[in-house]
Amino acid sequence: MTTDSPVIYGLIAEFDTPADAMHAAEKVREAGYKHWDVYTPFPVHGMDKAMGLKNSKVGWFSFLGGVTGYTTGMVMIWWMNAHDYPILIGGKPMFSPFAAFPPSYELTILLGSFGAILGMLFLNRLPRLHHPLLKHKRFALATHDRFFVVIETLDPKFSPAKTRALLESTGCKQIEEVTE
Amino acid sequence: MADTLATPTAPPPSAPHGASAARHTPTLTLAPPPPELVRIPLVQNNHGPGWLSDTIAGIIEGKTPKWWWAAFIPSVMCLTLLLVMLTYLISTGVGVWGVTHPTMWGWAIVNFVWWIGIGHAGTLISAILFLLRQRWRTSINRAAEAMTIFAVMCAGIFPVVHIGRVWLGWWLLPLPNGNSIWPQFRSPLMWDVFAVSTYFTVSVLFWYVGLIPDLATMRDRAKTKIRQFLYGFFALGWTGSNRNWSNYEKAYLLLAGLSTPLVLSVHSIVSLDFSVSQVPGWHTTIFPPYFVAGAIFSGFGMVLTLVLPLRKLFRLEDVITVRHVDLMCKVTLATGSIVGYAYAMEFFIAWYSGNPYERYTFINRAFGPYGWAYWIMIACNVVVPQLFWFRKIRHHMIIVFILSIFVNIGMWFERFVIVVTSLHRDFIPSNWGYFKPTWVDICTYIGTFGLFFTFFLLFVRFLPLIAIAEVKGVTPQADPHTAAGGAKVGGHH
Repeated sequence: MTTDSPVIYGLIAEFDTPADAMHAAEKVREAGYKHWDVYTPFPVHGMDKAMGLKNSKVGWFSFLGGVTGYTTGMVMIWWMNAHDYPILIGGKPMFSPFAAFPPSYELTILLGSFGAILGMLFLNRLPRLHHPLLKHKRFALATHDRFFVVIETLDPKFSPAKTRALLESTGCKQIEEVTE
Repeated sequence: MADTLATPTAPPPSAPHGASAARHTPTLTLAPPPPELVRIPLVQNNHGPGWLSDTIAGIIEGKTPKWWWAAFIPSVMCLTLLLVMLTYLISTGVGVWGVTHPTMWGWAIVNFVWWIGIGHAGTLISAILFLLRQRWRTSINRAAEAMTIFAVMCAGIFPVVHIGRVWLGWWLLPLPNGNSIWPQFRSPLMWDVFAVSTYFTVSVLFWYVGLIPDLATMRDRAKTKIRQFLYGFFALGWTGSNRNWSNYEKAYLLLAGLSTPLVLSVHSIVSLDFSVSQVPGWHTTIFPPYFVAGAIFSGFGMVLTLVLPLRKLFRLEDVITVRHVDLMCKVTLATGSIVGYAYAMEFFIAWYSGNPYERYTFINRAFGPYGWAYWIMIACNVVVPQLFWFRKIRHHMIIVFILSIFVNIGMWFERFVIVVTSLHRDFIPSNWGYFKPTWVDICTYIGTFGLFFTFFLLFVRFLPLIAIAEVKGVTPQADPHTAAGGAKVGGHH
């Protein structure tokens, strides 16, 4: 399909302070939108609640990593030192959970950390090579000192006029269209 | 306390109905606290988020300062010295170091423990202070984490080279050797391999995760194509979306939670290399906590040594304030005092144990042929930090800088005392000797400074040396519940 007009990604509203962006977020949430987000230069305290976000699921990834790490460590050491090639040293047991603990503990932390980071990247759909917002001129300020609320056209409730009116009612500085 | 809080006023009966009224909280007016209790802001002169990214990113975007070259060139020369020394050692044999019977561990292990100890402040600042909600950490954590990574790199060189036949270093990995024998996991040296490599990996991950939002800032400010590409590549497409921040903050919290037991375990395991052996002076149960306290002490010493000049040279006095330095001095004082207590306790236990070898080791430590090293250690680690009790000294940047160097020296001597004095005279006098370093020892040690400073200077030149997004987050302008953050005080919306 070829069209002359570019595909619209969404509407972007700009704010000067975190409080303004937060109140706007509350309004957008109440209006029942699903495909929208707030973009801030730093995590804003209370924004998750304002947006109605649930607790992040990163913890599960980290937990899984940690359990895998501990089990790997214990099983590996048992297999290497007590099963595959046992060597009797000083009459000590072939496998002792105490001597095997420090490496297993370190592996718990190692894989738990990888779990946390990879889980975070997975849930955030990162890394990504392209994002329509990153082409938008004013959006560069989202990592500087401005706050943006973006409602995507993907949202079933999106209507060019009504969504714009909603954003206008939040008292934002300006509203623009973002193209894909 | 109660009289400073005014009675909360009930919401006016005419409040509009609907969701915004449900969220409305009663107005709470606070009387201003007395002047001596007013908190000094973490960023001075009321600078906001925009100023912070301009200033901190401006350091990287501006011209390379002359002092940077003046520091970088000697660092690269020292790094070259390190490479030459390692080549000489590997091609000739580990005997070019002073390591010989009975002090087989020599400077290599002294330097290893010293460098890895320095690394501990980075993780302490980034993880433990994060969990303790010490928000002042944000101004120094990035530089301290970088310090950790480079210090662990320096540390890692020594044990690998010290094994003598470097090409067999892979025997330390959980792989079968030529006779299909697996490494022996009953040995603390194997634990150490896991601890140090995990520590390095997790430190790098933690540092990188913290960098992602700042790399995005650098990407969005970049003027040249190459900068745009490189910062953009490593920023992974970060947009600052709040849905992303939510996962990001959780991951960061988890990493802090995982790094805290990690940092405590790493130096504990390093200390087990010593205390699991039978050597008098090493075989003590106090070692793990004592090593951890010493590591934090030396790490903070090094953070002060690095941060004070950076603060001055980059004019970051408003971000790394006197209060930050003051707090770091207090941590140094606290950990230095713990270390002093540990020294005293070691002596007490040596006497109380009734073990003649143990008693001899400690008397020999203080009054034997290496007594001079012992007293340098006591002076630098126990006496010098006590000066930090005085506010005047904590607030005098030049004095703090000089004292921090003493801390670094003292902690090197502590490791020297532990390694060398314990080994040089153990059970049988026919086994005794006097250890001396060779010129190769000294040049290798100097060389590691080259490695450390080369990387550190490249870091301050190309990456934001202060966590921009995090410092923005602790300013009043970032708090949506204050007037500076845009809150309409007392009103509703």
